[in-house]
Amino acid sequence: MGSTSVLDELKKSQILELLEQGKRVDGRALDEAREISIETNAIPKANGSARVRIGDTEVVCGVKIQPDRPFPDSGDKGLFICTAELLPLSHPTVETGPPGPDVIELARVVDRGIRESHMIDVSQLVIEKDKSVVGVFADNVVVDYDGNLFDACSYAATAALLSSKTPKWNYVDDTPTLVEGEESPVPITTIPVSVTMGKIGNYIVVDPNGDEWDCMDARITITSDSDGNICALQKGGNEGFSYDEIVQCGETSVRVGAKIREKLKEAQQGAQ
Amino acid sequence: MGGRDATMVLLDENGIRCDGRKVDEPRRIMIKAGGLKNADGSAYIEFGDNKILVGVFGPRDVHPKHMSDTDTGILRVRYHMEPFSVGERKNPAPSRREIEISKVIKEALEPAVMLEKFPRTAVDVFIEVLQADGGTRCAALSAASVALADAGIPMRDMVAACAAGKVADTVILDVNNEEDQAGQADMPIGYMPSLEKVTLLQLDGVLTPEEYKKCVEVGINGCKIVYDLQKKALNDKYFGNGEK
Repeated sequence: MGSTSVLDELKKSQILELLEQGKRVDGRALDEAREISIETNAIPKANGSARVRIGDTEVVCGVKIQPDRPFPDSGDKGLFICTAELLPLSHPTVETGPPGPDVIELARVVDRGIRESHMIDVSQLVIEKDKSVVGVFADNVVVDYDGNLFDACSYAATAALLSSKTPKWNYVDDTPTLVEGEESPVPITTIPVSVTMGKIGNYIVVDPNGDEWDCMDARITITSDSDGNICALQKGGNEGFSYDEIVQCGETSVRVGAKIREKLKEAQQGAQ
Repeated sequence: MGGRDATMVLLDENGIRCDGRKVDEPRRIMIKAGGLKNADGSAYIEFGDNKILVGVFGPRDVHPKHMSDTDTGILRVRYHMEPFSVGERKNPAPSRREIEISKVIKEALEPAVMLEKFPRTAVDVFIEVLQADGGTRCAALSAASVALADAGIPMRDMVAACAAGKVADTVILDVNNEEDQAGQADMPIGYMPSLEKVTLLQLDGVLTPEEYKKCVEVGINGCKIVYDLQKKALNDKYFGNGEK
């Protein structure tokens, strides 16, 4: 995160040296993600929630579901909004105040991955067309930092949504009225999985840890859906990728993502 | 921004798109190098109905000073849309979208600019979208490269940009506003043709792995078309008969 120091330069040369021998600092294979732990329903007051750890990166996501007004041009669709925030306790360099470009990008990329996969069928979240719809808000907070916040927030939000139950509202006297005791799962069509890869020198590593994240030259985050299609992508960092690397990253993301999707499904079953 | 006609046919049976283009045809593109007197370098681009002005300053002193880097120069990019550039008036304050686009354009230009030659300085790129019609980030990035070259800043290559996408299950080049709103996928690409490196890449929309590959290929080909026009713009200014 942030400025490079002499120490970072040394770290980078060590990481590169290891990569030349096909090794990573923490002993993983280049295309191996870290162990992911997912705890669902961590926040019972939320309509759905998850606490996700990848290495020492830790994210808590809570889903709140409540009636809202639809956007003027889409009165037949509910709302889905996903955010991400870095808490000041997550890293010494994080300050309070409005989010900087890095955090804004993080939030937008996580939101886009889930939104573009059409994970949530928003057409089923209408209380009264053009008047009142159901809003699903997935808010991520980063509690601890060890690289790859993109995937950590994405998995937390996805796991939280999978475990979410939506209340039911009827439209009575021009107001949405809660129907007591009726809950149903949020309508899900697919399970998106984002896989972030870092480029260090000429090597591409899956799920960079904190040390790798701080010294990588560029990154690419690719989200795939349950059918193995690619539905969102974001390149970042100040280096480029060749055509072959982009194609390879696409294949890797679908392959690695399929394994992670099983983890998310397990967590969903555990929640029920 | 919003589509204008919900029943519009994005791709007809003859493979013609809503604005009359073929699937692999970019919109009309006009790039002009220079034009602003006070900026160290500038460029103006018309990309279909997009109209974008870019001014470059630097390398110059960094303010605030703590942002400066003793090892290298820094690049700062501001992408900004005028309130009158879109259908409904846009709030002039920078939106989260504009902040993200500023960041991805900055990161797309950094590999091209030899910032290490100018430690402790900043190069500022100001992008003003006067009229927007889908694909502004690509048009802006292409114009910014020309403006940087116009400023005489040493570069490894220019970054040319164009989007690929998918409408009616077909991969197309250069997605316009209607196609972005109603289509299935949009993939903006920034590419350095001489170095064969992709420096900007985003995607929203669902693509099969085959379509994904095809999109990158089609987009890169579009970038090459833009690249020729970028070079022509610089040629016209510095070696042509026009403005000297």
